[in-house]
Amino acid sequence: MQTSTVFLTLLALCVVSFFVGRHKSRLIGMAGGGLQSLHSLPTHYGYMAALWAGLPALLLFVVWLAVEGSVVRSLVIASLPAEVRAQGVDQLGLYYNQLVGHAVGNIEPASLDATQLAASAVYNEVMNYSRNLKMLLVCLVAIIGGMLAVMRVKPDLRARNHVESIFTWILFSCSFIAVLTTLGIVLSVLFEAIRFFQAISITDFLFGLQWSPQMAIRADQVGASGSFGFVPLLVGTLLISAVAMLIAVPVGLMSAIYLSEYASRRFRSITKPVLEILAGVPTVVYGFFAALTVAPFIRNLGESVGLSVASESALAAGLVMGIMIIPFVMSLSDDIISAVPDTMREASLGMGATMSETIRKVLLPAALPGIVGGILLAVSRAIGETMIVVMAAGLSAKLTINPLEAVTTITVQIVTLLVGDQEFDSPKTLAAFALGLVLFFVTLLLNVIALYVVRKYREQYE
Amino acid sequence: MTTADAKAYGAVPQEAVGLDVQDHVDVADYQTIGEPYVENAKMSARNVNVYYGEKQAIMDVSLDIGENEVLSMIGPSGCGKSTFLRSLNRMNDIIPICRVHGDIQLDGEDIYGSGQDTVLLRARVGMVFQKPNPFPKSIYENVAYGPRIHGLAHSKAEMDEIVETSLRRASLWEEVKDVLDQPGTGLSGGQQQRLCIARAIAVSPEVILMDEPCSALDPIATARIEELIDELKERFTIAIVTHSMQQAARVSQRTAYFHLGKLIEVGDTKQIFTMPRHELTENYITGRFG
Ligand SMILES: Nc1ncnc2c1ncn2[C@@H]1O[C@H](COP(=O)(O)OP(=O)(O)OP(=O)(O)O)[C@@H](O)[C@H]1O
Ligand SMILES: [Mg+2]
Repeated sequence: MQTSTVFLTLLALCVVSFFVGRHKSRLIGMAGGGLQSLHSLPTHYGYMAALWAGLPALLLFVVWLAVEGSVVRSLVIASLPAEVRAQGVDQLGLYYNQLVGHAVGNIEPASLDATQLAASAVYNEVMNYSRNLKMLLVCLVAIIGGMLAVMRVKPDLRARNHVESIFTWILFSCSFIAVLTTLGIVLSVLFEAIRFFQAISITDFLFGLQWSPQMAIRADQVGASGSFGFVPLLVGTLLISAVAMLIAVPVGLMSAIYLSEYASRRFRSITKPVLEILAGVPTVVYGFFAALTVAPFIRNLGESVGLSVASESALAAGLVMGIMIIPFVMSLSDDIISAVPDTMREASLGMGATMSETIRKVLLPAALPGIVGGILLAVSRAIGETMIVVMAAGLSAKLTINPLEAVTTITVQIVTLLVGDQEFDSPKTLAAFALGLVLFFVTLLLNVIALYVVRKYREQYE
Repeated sequence: MTTADAKAYGAVPQEAVGLDVQDHVDVADYQTIGEPYVENAKMSARNVNVYYGEKQAIMDVSLDIGENEVLSMIGPSGCGKSTFLRSLNRMNDIIPICRVHGDIQLDGEDIYGSGQDTVLLRARVGMVFQKPNPFPKSIYENVAYGPRIHGLAHSKAEMDEIVETSLRRASLWEEVKDVLDQPGTGLSGGQQQRLCIARAIAVSPEVILMDEPCSALDPIATARIEELIDELKERFTIAIVTHSMQQAARVSQRTAYFHLGKLIEVGDTKQIFTMPRHELTENYITGRFG
């Protein structure tokens, strides 16, 4: 509520600055012999004023929000009696949280002592002060910024270039934020993983052939083995992904070729959107389909020819995952094949090549880098897919390459590790971060390979 | 012809045809001036009509291309030169809305006949396009593409031989003989166009169709291609579309002038350029239109 008020005020100030800046530049331009005497269009001066009003104030606002909490906390704690402050860090934290809870009206006063009640009043007071000060300062900065910009409006002020470079900076900071958050995620996973590797040795994890992350909660608990060998998970993941890609790549690629080269325009304009909708079906729905239809079907089929098939199998999960990925592969490949210039088709057909020769010898080689890129994206999707596997391939971490047995994957194990009721620093939960880290490296590796392949063919084909 | 009439034909934007000089020429039911037929015809078109959907792009054109001659086709933009040229090796089949009516023969055989195979036809009637369009493959592979498809070489040595001869005939060999494994797309525009010509002649076609082969090239590269066309006519029959009157005069023996989908006049190149018999032709070649 408070935040949005400040925000709206700021926005209003920006709009006002825009109009004032534009108006002033118009006046100056008219006085100087027409708008051509200005370096930039009046709107540019307006934008400049608005940006000057908005950006520094916004920055102040964000910084304020970021530090407000800790400043208020130290002010309130400083007001507490010495013996309260002498408590341990955790206790003091709880104490403080309680009084804040009361201050915002979540906790009944009955459960607090008198000092807390007093401090909670102090808290409210400080917060109030901070709020007002924030509002005041933000508005002040905005007004000063806008005024400075408006004062600078002169015919030879290069407002257009100025606005342009400010936008460049805004765009840059956005991409910087994206990079930074990614880095943050990777680092946080990395630190947790390191904690895990302090409990379980890294070689046991990477080369162990046994995965059963049952840690004992009590010392005398039975059935708690606690082995964290991740090889079965990796093999299971790769197995299911391989089955999926065996389905998705040929079918996807060939339907893409049909759509882009043979199908009539009408057929294409209907089919493509439909398949793209198919790509948007939530994977849990596919999971249903896999568990309730495909898996029993495969089991019955296997039994009828005398094979023993588990009721949850890698084959079922892989098949359905493949079906899920077909539209993805198809849509990407279709775009890429269609992007090969028509002059290539004409050249090949003009030499007397048939359509299929043209596709094999000219279109596919030319489109290959893009297609490989698309397929690797699809592989990443297959590796990251969780829901279908949970439902159709089971949870048992068996080390096998037989697609008729139940296997499990890295992502599925991450889920099962974190939904347990273990404390958060036990090896069992920390293992999830180690798995996440491995997953990260596997996809990274895939991308590196993709880049390599793409570059190699680029060299060959340009 | 009035402006309204011109609109009725619908084929060409006004500024391209220069309506002001054609007031008394009725293009609608027009008989070609000059001699469209030759004795030793390699290809002969009779009463050809080409439609793009509802729109007619070629109207009742009859024209022969003689053995080992260079026939040039000129005319204002949009008059149907490319359309006519492309119907000679059925490249128009690729365009779904395009229909070709009439009779076109190669060595007395109907190329639109039911038994005709476009694969064989296009091996005999090759094509060079307006923009150089080498494949994104090596120079060697570009030239070897056609022979591979048609199974012309039975060994690596034979293929090498074909590639070398074709590149020599396209007078590109000296420039690329050491870089045959480099991508063809890395050559200059003029070299690329010669590579495309080498690619076209590698399958030993009998006829080569060229659609403005020099329009993307500088004068020097153009001169080389023109020399090349002069040499190629010893072995091949060539039909070339060009916008350059000088080029038509330099390389061709016969010239055909198209206008609004009609073949207006055809005859010896020399006669067409010195004594055009139709006013439209004269206006076009003297640059007096628009
Ligand atoms: N693919 C197509 N679809 C529909 N109409 C077409 C198509 N190609 C050509 N046309 C039409 O047919 C007519 C003749 O076109 P064409 O390309 O044969 O002209 P052109 O003489 O080669 O012109 P230019 O000298 O500009 O190349 C034009 O009116 C053009 O709009
Ligand atoms: Mg053309």
